[in-house]
Amino acid sequence: MAFVRVSNLKKTYGDVTAVDDISFDIQKGEIFGFLGPNGAGKTSTVNMMIGLSRPTAGDVVIDGIDVRRKPKQAQAIMGIVADESNLYKDMDGFENLCFCAALYGMRKEERELRARQLLEQFRLKEAGRRPFKAYSKGMRRKLTIAAALIHSPRILFLDEPTTGIDVESSRQIREMIVKLKEQGTTVFLTTHHIEEAERICDRIAFIAKGQIVASGTVAELMQRISLDRAIHFVTGIQDDEFAFELQKNFEGSQVERKSDHSLVMRLQERLELFPVMEFFHHHGVAVYEAKELRPSLEDVFVRLTGIESSILKKEKGGGK
Amino acid sequence: MTSLIAYWNILKKDVKYYYLKPPNISWGIIFPLSWTLMQLIRSPGGSILELLPGLISMSVLFGTTSMLAVTITFERSDRSFERLLLAPISLHTMVLAKISGAIVFGILNAFVPVFFASFFVHLHEVDWKLVLPAVLMIAVTSTLLGLLIAVTAKQVFEAQTFSNLFRFPMLFLSGLFIPIKDLPRFLQPIAYCIPLTYGTDVIKGAFIGANVLSPMLSFGALSAFAIGLFIISLKNIHKKWIL
Repeated sequence: MAFVRVSNLKKTYGDVTAVDDISFDIQKGEIFGFLGPNGAGKTSTVNMMIGLSRPTAGDVVIDGIDVRRKPKQAQAIMGIVADESNLYKDMDGFENLCFCAALYGMRKEERELRARQLLEQFRLKEAGRRPFKAYSKGMRRKLTIAAALIHSPRILFLDEPTTGIDVESSRQIREMIVKLKEQGTTVFLTTHHIEEAERICDRIAFIAKGQIVASGTVAELMQRISLDRAIHFVTGIQDDEFAFELQKNFEGSQVERKSDHSLVMRLQERLELFPVMEFFHHHGVAVYEAKELRPSLEDVFVRLTGIESSILKKEKGGGK
Repeated sequence: MTSLIAYWNILKKDVKYYYLKPPNISWGIIFPLSWTLMQLIRSPGGSILELLPGLISMSVLFGTTSMLAVTITFERSDRSFERLLLAPISLHTMVLAKISGAIVFGILNAFVPVFFASFFVHLHEVDWKLVLPAVLMIAVTSTLLGLLIAVTAKQVFEAQTFSNLFRFPMLFLSGLFIPIKDLPRFLQPIAYCIPLTYGTDVIKGAFIGANVLSPMLSFGALSAFAIGLFIISLKNIHKKWIL
């Protein structure tokens, strides 16, 4: 049975449909990536899943708990990291963690012990007694995640965990997410970073205009689209005429000459290499390297959503 | 137990990080003090005992409404309030914790004029058994009015504007300075729709025996206002914060 079951979830604000009848499952211990551009319905979906917003229709069941009917019971097993660090600015790191623990009913000794453990785990021990407002962006992010883990949740919702923070903190956060998965925590990751999702998510769903466009493992998503096959040849020449001849000789191919003495040859069908190499040899063109260009998850996203990846990348710096 | 621990820690946090901040402490002292002095200068011959009920009520009203509305709106604007909404505690518990800090702050404010007045007049004839619950009930109802504002306002300045919008008319309609019987006839029913009217009436009775209504009736009305405002606030929170 799925750990999270989202069924026919819908959210409308007046005439605007933010989330349009979406359904998906998440298995226990899975890292589930939720990708989409601004206004795609990511935040509305998450807010309904965490009980911060009421669905217009549909259900969310997490670990057998109906979030709509028993939001407080469901929230007890959730850890939630918003896209902005929303801890208390005047409290220090340790106090923030202890306060968050108290909200989950943890007793003083227990919450202080757990707070110390998390500060150590997130390499924030030294900064534990500094006010939150004095933290760097990366440190704020890490403390916010630590606060979400204070009660050892069964599922962690992470909204853009690595956006706008330094490389080292991002790396630590990614490592932590993978470690949590190993410990059996389910992770729901909302992100703009396609590469990040590709690297750490077990399964991914693309959302656009309030609808799930595709979902599955990275490999499954790759299979969903038939991208051109492309071979990259590193040669010793820079000759437009040769590129034209090559294209003419292999029907259905498209040859693009790059500025670095290389050629990219695209075909719809699988390419047999020997005749191509023979053609190169016949024309006295040396080939130093030939490799297949595989489609990236970004290509899949662009193809399925019709949204240019440059738009998505531009949004990485900004909010959701 | 979870609720109790959460309640106590929310209250402790609010008191430590909002109410005990130096500007609030000084405001809590200076505001009632300046009102007291202003009244004494304006009517030097006037009895301090006659002034005190109005000053007490006003100090509670201003202390509670603005503080709660501002702190909640502030937490909502920096999104730290989401933590409370997402905690596994009931909205009742969370709201009670938030209003408790403001109530305590309001009660302490109420006794600033009393403290200063004690240097000038004997207060041993005052019926404190009536004053204390009346102050508490004014603090509760005023805090809940502040909560209503907090639910409506999106920004801190909005909360302050809304607070003043109803606080100042209340000062003149609740019998603090002008007896209700001296108000224009069409305003008199409005006076009885304001919880402050009942609280002030009890305190006036306790200080100088000048109450119009029976204390039992006033406490009944204050309790009804408190319950009604609490229910309305919770409904509003459900409607506006859990979208």
